Amino acid sequence: MQQTLENFLRALRAVDVRVSPAEAIDAHCTVEAVGYADRELLKDALCAALAKSEEEVDRYQECFDMFFSREEFREPPREFDSGSDRIADQPLAQMLAGGTGEEFAQAMEQAANEAGVANIRYATQRGLFMRRLLDRMGLRDLEKLIAELKRSGDPEDADIAARLDQGRDYLFDEARQYVNRQYELYARPAGEQLREEFLVETGLSAIEQRDFDRMHRIVRRMAKRLASRYNRRRKHTKRGVLDVGRTLRRNMAHDGIPFETQWKQTKIERPKIVVICDVSQSVAAAARFLLLFLYSLNEVIASLRAFAFSAFLDEISDILENKTVEAAIPEVLEKIGFRPTDYGQAFADFDEGFMDAVDRRTTVIILGDGRSNDGDPRIDLMRKLHDRSKAVIWLNPEPETFWGTGDSEMLRYRTFCHVAKTCSTVQDLERIIDDVLKSYIRA
Amino acid sequence: MNETSLPKSTGGSQDGIEPIIEGLGGSGYIASRRIATAIFVAQNLNKPILVEGSAGVGKTELAISAAQWLDLPLIRMQCYEGLDESKALYEWKYGKQLLYTQILKDKMGDTLADADGLDGAMDRLHDFGDMFFSERFLEPRPLLKALQQERGAVLLIDEVDKSDEEFEAFLLEILSEFQVSIPEIGTIKATVAPLVFLTSNNMREMGDALKRRCLHLFIPLPDAKLEQRIVAARVPDIDERLKRQLVAFVQMLRQEDLKKLPSISETIDWARVLMLLHAESLNVDLVRDTLNVLLKFEQDFAAVRRSIPELTRKAAQA
Repeated sequence: MQQTLENFLRALRAVDVRVSPAEAIDAHCTVEAVGYADRELLKDALCAALAKSEEEVDRYQECFDMFFSREEFREPPREFDSGSDRIADQPLAQMLAGGTGEEFAQAMEQAANEAGVANIRYATQRGLFMRRLLDRMGLRDLEKLIAELKRSGDPEDADIAARLDQGRDYLFDEARQYVNRQYELYARPAGEQLREEFLVETGLSAIEQRDFDRMHRIVRRMAKRLASRYNRRRKHTKRGVLDVGRTLRRNMAHDGIPFETQWKQTKIERPKIVVICDVSQSVAAAARFLLLFLYSLNEVIASLRAFAFSAFLDEISDILENKTVEAAIPEVLEKIGFRPTDYGQAFADFDEGFMDAVDRRTTVIILGDGRSNDGDPRIDLMRKLHDRSKAVIWLNPEPETFWGTGDSEMLRYRTFCHVAKTCSTVQDLERIIDDVLKSYIRA
Repeated sequence: MNETSLPKSTGGSQDGIEPIIEGLGGSGYIASRRIATAIFVAQNLNKPILVEGSAGVGKTELAISAAQWLDLPLIRMQCYEGLDESKALYEWKYGKQLLYTQILKDKMGDTLADADGLDGAMDRLHDFGDMFFSERFLEPRPLLKALQQERGAVLLIDEVDKSDEEFEAFLLEILSEFQVSIPEIGTIKATVAPLVFLTSNNMREMGDALKRRCLHLFIPLPDAKLEQRIVAARVPDIDERLKRQLVAFVQMLRQEDLKKLPSISETIDWARVLMLLHAESLNVDLVRDTLNVLLKFEQDFAAVRRSIPELTRKAAQA
């Protein structure tokens, strides 16, 4: 039974429920306390011990059901006398002749344990493991027996051989299905993980439409991670600087003798962020994901104002706030996107309508390539933005070597950015935003 | 982890989960199987339970009812930003220390009078030991108090997600070993490990280290059947038909797109309000007048205002 539990824990790890060695010990203790008899009790108890968040609970339950459902084995085709002495010394043939589905399930599980089927990693290994599994069950002996029976020429033997042939087909089917289930359980989730890891490092413009859902999950996780780190107003005790006034007041009760010292504190404000996002033709491929990032950020950061622009600029905070992600992003793109970029006009629109959103506690993040189709870049407004805000951060999907080439005004804008960086993958995005929040908001 | 070094657990039973469901039911808490299982495992494994769920699903209530059922003192600690050791664990009674030194001044003078030289007086002072830093001058705060209870206790650490990360780290020692270290005295260990509940509203993600030390229990919003039983347990005199209707109404309300979904505590409040108004069944006016008990945001109120008649009609058929 210990082996079973170990395998279950491996299956859990495969679906990204984290099980540390200490939790594995907990799981064993839990099983000791509740036993295997009551399935529901076991499920709930292990769930309490192992799954540590709402999402993990969902994944755990799915995995538990899949793992412990010993799906019904079909009954083997048995229409012949198991007592025939021809097959007396062949356990597998015996079982084919007289065994039940349940017995097969048990035998197969045991053979699977011996063959290490749970180690399966890739789809291409399925054939190999199926072969190993069948070998453990004694397929070779069975095949030898069938060959012998066929050779003997006795019509009765030939009959048994034909039946055993059928039985062997049955066995193949079941083994194939069993290995497939094991593959689903242990290996497929790992593939999913691989895909996510790959996406995180892929350039934003190279990500395909079909990965959108997956990206949404990744980006959301990341935004949540960032928000939980920075979204709280905190007090920071500055060790070493005594707050004399507060210390005296605190210690009035003790005759003014300073038993309790009070130290000076600095308050850390919640981040106040304005994001201006380019959704024009030149960044069309990346725009969708920049918006996705904006959407997720908006879900987790309380005071975020979002703007999008191409030929003109408009606020999109409301759309992000009130619509689902599936509806919001196309709406923004339709309303504002895919027109030729005009940075000058965009800054002018911003200056006219929304400049009051920016004060000296605001961090302005601009997502765009800085390619203004040779229009007036309105550097003066960029300077104004720089002067009014706490920090201006420019994230450009293009590599730095491209800046300033062709119609790119990036080098001129760069002068008025506190930070200007290339940001072409989700990983970059997280790293930069993390840095930004750390250095500019906590300072 | 060395099992034998841990203190024995509070009210551990080997009888499975039915006694727990019954026991909690006795104190007015209708527990689902999963809740009971979590408590069962917690008692047997000696681990704290981290309870999560939206506001008002009965996280805090669970701890209170458990204390009532086990007949143990409930020690409650509310967490907030800036909570620190001196408020959670212990503090020295400065005033008392001060007072005693004043009173004992003469006595000390006498004792030290015949000591020869400064070194002698110093040695003499050392003989008193750490008189002023002994347990007599220790003011236990909730965590320490929970460890000191001789029969064990139910410790409720409420809204642990509101505390700072430093405090969370500080909880680790207490939660895994049921002991605390006080520099001046040493390590204080619980004789009977308290049954610990931590509640969280998911204001922030709790650290992995804390999660690993806890069992996890997520309490979802209840289904209609369970909610009816809960209302019946909490508002015993309620009319059968009204109960059915109001639960049906709340259940439907939860399908709507609301900022804050009404939870169990709101259902119970609403039931009480309707009882006060001597209502026997739901009607549109009644619902409109009392809906502010269920919905806490103006936007939510505006969102459902138009569908009140329809929801009421559907609920009336339940």
